[in-house]
Amino acid sequence: MIRLEKRPEPSRFWTAVTPVLAVLTTMIAGGVLFAMLGKDPLESIRTIFWDPLFNAQFADFARPQLLVKAGPLILIALGLSLGFRAGIWNIGAEGQYIAGAICGAGVALAFYPLDSWIVFPLMVLAGALGGWAWGMIPALLKIRFGTNEILVSLMLVYVAEQFLASMSLGLLRNPEGHGFPGSRNLQEYPAAANTEIIAGTGMHWGVMTAFLAVIAAYVLLNRHILGFHIRLAGQSPRAARFAGVSPPLLVAFCLGTSGALAGLAGLFEVAGPAGQISIDFNVGYGFTAIIVAFLGRLHPVGILLAGLLMALTYIGGELAQFMLGLPAAAIQAFQGMLLFFLLGFDVFSNYRVRRVTSEVA
Amino acid sequence: MTALLTVEGLTKAYPGVVANDDVSFAIAPGEVHALLGENGAGKSTLVKMIYGLVRPDAGRMRLRDTPYTPSEPRAARASGVAMVFQHFSLFDALDVAENIALGMENPPPQRQLARRIREVSEAYGLPLDPDRLVGELSAGERQRVEIIRCLLQDPKLLIMDEPTSVLTPQEVQILFETLRKLAAEGTAILYISHKLEEIRALCDNATILRLGKVVATCDPREKSAAELAEMMVGTKLTPPERESAAPGEVVLDVSGLSMKSANPFGTTLKNVHFRVRAGEVLGIGGVAGNGQDELLAALSGESRVEPDAIRLKGADVGQLGPNARRRLGLLCAPEERLGHAAAPDMSLTENAILTGVIREDLAARGFLRWGAAQGFARRIVERFDVRTPGVGHAARSLSGGNLQKFVIGREVLQRPEVLVVNQPTWGVDASAAAAIRQALLDLASTGTAVICISQDLDELMEISDQFAALNEGRLSAPRPARGLSIEEIGLMMGGAHDMEVADAV
Repeated sequence: MIRLEKRPEPSRFWTAVTPVLAVLTTMIAGGVLFAMLGKDPLESIRTIFWDPLFNAQFADFARPQLLVKAGPLILIALGLSLGFRAGIWNIGAEGQYIAGAICGAGVALAFYPLDSWIVFPLMVLAGALGGWAWGMIPALLKIRFGTNEILVSLMLVYVAEQFLASMSLGLLRNPEGHGFPGSRNLQEYPAAANTEIIAGTGMHWGVMTAFLAVIAAYVLLNRHILGFHIRLAGQSPRAARFAGVSPPLLVAFCLGTSGALAGLAGLFEVAGPAGQISIDFNVGYGFTAIIVAFLGRLHPVGILLAGLLMALTYIGGELAQFMLGLPAAAIQAFQGMLLFFLLGFDVFSNYRVRRVTSEVA
Repeated sequence: MTALLTVEGLTKAYPGVVANDDVSFAIAPGEVHALLGENGAGKSTLVKMIYGLVRPDAGRMRLRDTPYTPSEPRAARASGVAMVFQHFSLFDALDVAENIALGMENPPPQRQLARRIREVSEAYGLPLDPDRLVGELSAGERQRVEIIRCLLQDPKLLIMDEPTSVLTPQEVQILFETLRKLAAEGTAILYISHKLEEIRALCDNATILRLGKVVATCDPREKSAAELAEMMVGTKLTPPERESAAPGEVVLDVSGLSMKSANPFGTTLKNVHFRVRAGEVLGIGGVAGNGQDELLAALSGESRVEPDAIRLKGADVGQLGPNARRRLGLLCAPEERLGHAAAPDMSLTENAILTGVIREDLAARGFLRWGAAQGFARRIVERFDVRTPGVGHAARSLSGGNLQKFVIGREVLQRPEVLVVNQPTWGVDASAAAAIRQALLDLASTGTAVICISQDLDELMEISDQFAALNEGRLSAPRPARGLSIEEIGLMMGGAHDMEVADAV
């Protein structure tokens, strides 16, 4: 008989090794899945993980996409991880992402066609504020009425989506767009465009912000008393109150900050890769970021790596669909396996396996 | 008389610790047999094996000369073994009869059961109304529910696990009458405790466990409490010493402190008054659940109260939070080590920051000074003899006694003006308990006012200058501890809580 036994403290070895093991096991299990679908497993895995980066035919297009996709994922996941560590569950980053994009784009369109350096910084500010405000709604309701932030933040995603549709059809619609839904393209408005900092790399201001946020989150969690209180509140709420942490302030900080970061991600997306507010502007970064946050074990550097890995599976997955005709559902199952194996192996960092010899009755 | 239950060579090992090593003893019908030992000596594991909750690794048991291998508590109950646990498993929202029916295999109809409860409870001097809601009962009455639940099964062997920890001295007397009556009728009683005087008053035989082994068997009535203690602990314990100092100014003045508990089943504090002087130890006794946690929360600042309900050196502090009070010198160590006083998964260094950040200056403009924090944690570990491989290890990896020394040491080293501790030696081995009591007395002799909330009366009598007791959220007027009799203390704790002994039928 095999039994799991709790370790006196988490194993450092297993904590470091589990993500690697999870990726390897996902490759094996995914290979089996692809083989059962009648595809060559090695080729499929290579197409997903190798070709986007190193195949001369695809790399020119795919490599910049890696940063373009990873940027918002990392930025949103970092904000979420602060709350998740404190036991505050913001599930509505997608809504805050939309709110940030609408506010940022709204500022840009209000100034159009003014050509001034001030426009872009104001958009950034508006994007962050929009996301923050959307995140503060569940925060204030939780503080004042004790509502569940999971439900409220999630429901607000659908409110934000309706709002987005109304904006692209109404207030923000391009007056020169021949009646088509969607705003002006901000890429064609130089003062408001989120351009690549280094051409051809996909490195736009949002990716830059994501990298800076990784450093800031690391410092906050490891060097600052506020980060200490966040970790404490998540592990032992009662000890946190004893340490003088005010639960309402923590709720406001975590939901507000994750909202602001998601709002920034939305702003950088609408001013850059997406270019305009449209009905189908949001593509699920806010939800995928939840997976990224956990895949990175809520650690800033882990989230950086997890965001890149997740972006890679998206790009590689698209490539595999295109090149090998793998169904989209198989790619999603593959991504799901990654989280499944990660959480599965995670057991070993807190438990060890023991073989139990038969018990004497 | 032949033995009812014999236990031979029972062994049970858990990873890293042998809880029971070759334990043997026998108990005869009508015998009151004590299992004596410190926390962690293996008493609980032993009775759990007898009650079918844990399977032994080796050894055998015989009940009435037939092999006895209970696979689960139900089998043990069917064989006539019943157990009253230290922690009750009762539903507050159900009445007494319903609670008892829930624990029976084939409960009779409610009306019949209620009649049986009345009969049994009166026959054994434990009057109990079957229609009352358990949520309204005192701890002593709840224990009666558990005992009567056992007695309805007509047990041959009754196991009682630390039954007096929730009782006042008067309630203990009532319980002992019941147990003697049961024994006289032939029921064997296995009585688990570490309270020596009780065992000497009640038991016919004692098996003494230390570190999982039987170290002695004796007739406790023939031994002194000191001899029993020595057998239990293995070394001679020196009672704590203190340099007597004249008490100084009043440092903490609590007046008219009333507070509703944050917990719906908690106790409301009602008009609590007391004063503590510099260098004085105030012991606050009382049965668990009479407002101890709430009093600690009100003093620590986790619950806010009227500003002038708590005055520290003349300044109102009732409205302040925990950190503002720490800044002024009012420090606390709560009862629950893991999850309240310390965060289980955090390192000792991080746990040193938990309360030490302000007075030990462990953060500069919000940024943590990890070097200083490590130094503070190391000083605690050295000064208080905390056994750990290093301050980077998680709090939950420490034993109860070592973690408690760390928690108390963390507050003591911050040179408090007032230190409030709740159950400072709960679940701690004797040598660690002695070290903690000594540390509290040493702190008092340097001029700190110490408030010790505890359910261990021996501990309170050992270290207190003044004694008061909590009963249903009210605090009795403090009295000098020296010269208080056990009866007086019991009355301060609420006496028998109006539970009268039924007239013998």
